[in-house]
Amino acid sequence: MIGFLQNLIDALSLGSLYALAGLGIGLLFGILRLTNFAHGDFITFGAYALIVPSLDVMATKFIGGWPWYLMLPVVAALVVVMALLSDLLVFRKLRQASAPTLMIASFALGYIIQNTILMVYGARPKAIDMWSNLQQQVTIGELRVPQLQLVTIGATVVLMVGLSLFLGRTSYGVQMRAAAEDFRMARYLGIKANFVIGLAFAISGVLAAMTALLFVSQTGTLSHMMGVPLMLFAFIATVIGGMGSLVGAVVGGFAVGFVSVMLQAYLPEDLRSFRDAFVFTVVIVVLLFRPSGLIRAKALVQRV
Amino acid sequence: MNDGRLMRFAREWWPVVSLGLGLVLIVGVVGQLGGDQTRVTLTEMLIRMVVVIATYLFIGNSGILSFGHVGFMCIGAYAAGWATCNPAWKQLMLTGLPVFLREEEYPFLLAVAGGGALAALVALIVGFAIMRLSGIAASIATFAFLAIVNSVYSNWDSVTAGTSSIIGIPQVVGPWEALAFVLLSMVVAFVFQKSRYGLMLKASRDDEVAAKASAVDIVKVRLIAFVASAFLVGMGGALYGHFLGVLTVDIFYMGLTFITLSMLVVGGIGSLFGAVVGVLAVTLVVEVLRACEAGITVGGTKIALPQGAQEIGLGVIMVLILLFRPAGLTRSREVPWPFVRRGAKPAGEPAEQAQPAE
Repeated sequence: MIGFLQNLIDALSLGSLYALAGLGIGLLFGILRLTNFAHGDFITFGAYALIVPSLDVMATKFIGGWPWYLMLPVVAALVVVMALLSDLLVFRKLRQASAPTLMIASFALGYIIQNTILMVYGARPKAIDMWSNLQQQVTIGELRVPQLQLVTIGATVVLMVGLSLFLGRTSYGVQMRAAAEDFRMARYLGIKANFVIGLAFAISGVLAAMTALLFVSQTGTLSHMMGVPLMLFAFIATVIGGMGSLVGAVVGGFAVGFVSVMLQAYLPEDLRSFRDAFVFTVVIVVLLFRPSGLIRAKALVQRV
Repeated sequence: MNDGRLMRFAREWWPVVSLGLGLVLIVGVVGQLGGDQTRVTLTEMLIRMVVVIATYLFIGNSGILSFGHVGFMCIGAYAAGWATCNPAWKQLMLTGLPVFLREEEYPFLLAVAGGGALAALVALIVGFAIMRLSGIAASIATFAFLAIVNSVYSNWDSVTAGTSSIIGIPQVVGPWEALAFVLLSMVVAFVFQKSRYGLMLKASRDDEVAAKASAVDIVKVRLIAFVASAFLVGMGGALYGHFLGVLTVDIFYMGLTFITLSMLVVGGIGSLFGAVVGVLAVTLVVEVLRACEAGITVGGTKIALPQGAQEIGLGVIMVLILLFRPAGLTRSREVPWPFVRRGAKPAGEPAEQAQPAE
């Protein structure tokens, strides 16, 4: 029982990361029908913003050395600028393009970001020590939990509550939800398209920055490809959860986290190295039974 | 009369004939003039062209973006590698192989066909499930397939040598061998897209509901395209193995998936012409940038782009192409028939769709 609870907390903290990244992807998909492969590289960029640009193996902290109440907004602002620039330079001109074109454009953009980071910071992964005092364990009854996992889960909850308050209670939030529901109708009703889309990019930038901070403090390393696997799992999570639905992105994120942790824990020893094969088989099976995801977004159901 | 029929035939097959002649010319000239390094680049490009054309056969006609095709490439490459690599090494390292593969050595062509066949068989099984899905769910399912192949092949040590590599595969593929397979896959793709099944599949791409209402068995036509395309991709993978001489699992993953998909999208996702042009264009850009990175000597001073500029440049150029030609360089059209007289009666060809539906 204790073992299971321990695994459950692992699953929650891994799922939190997927859910946060998934929200960033799902938000843009809902409004733009853009599957943003560059999101993973936004995350990478946020993580590298913490250190001084150099080719050295040992990372020297720059923004990463500041107190957290300064660090969070500055990193967030940097990633937001990156996200807005991407919209301005690339996606704004592709509003009418087909889904594959958008997808490849976002991939190309991510490729540019990755290789720029590679050029500036070098190819070798760098060690960075962020909030290592959070590695201490907290004992709750018989459960021993690293503080960091609690912080991750807590931060995710705070961000999700914040986002849902923003979407539910503010005028801009309502505009965004309207745009996600029916973009053309929303424009007829006087919603400024580029503003709403810019807002979505900005929020997805903030989410990417927070994902980056939590992820770096868990892994303690930086590499120019670090965002890619996270983005892939998050992307799968949004599809499993229901593309276009934000609740779906969160549910999907936790579901993927749960399945990977539980398979890792409970698969027989000699099958454990094949864990990913099992995770992705589960993905295909879920899709076969729920092709539009666990939570169906209304706007995506084709009406005939 | 006979003449007219010949003309019609020539016109009907023009998209393939023109591309084929063009490629023969390119391979002839570049292969003659260039050195060894050029021939290697040329061969790799042609092998990628086999894969991109085969991928087009499925994606272009069905409208489903597949991330899984490189998985079939992996399957084909390994199957062919098992058949041709040195038996002494196989018996030592790949103890899990069935006896007929472990003990014997097979000729190259048989190995390539075997690679294609195994890929097609897997496609039939997987496709039976995945082809029921549409749109983004289908794309993700194909990606999941790629991830499964990657996970299985990098951990099934007794058959695939795990994360270490299969070595000693004869390097028999040069530009002309690769070109032969390019021509073969062009013909297959062209025959398919003109066939009854090809038309039904395109109908399902453009309007799934209407196609269903017109009694198109969507799962079946998709599955036919998926299996045919997996067969060709599997052969492309087998060629790749016999070009590199060494196989590792990691070359068949995200990087190759995206470079092949980018080639297709840059060229134009909805036509054979697009697939070929995309491969040529992206390869050309990469080679020019690589040359610039190595440095060009102008009047005694060497000008070179900084290391890493090649990748960034490729990304920038891809974005630019997509911004200015969102439907691809060819706008997804086939090679137009150049001998149209004014007032000539147009042939009864159905016009190509400019854009596949999502």
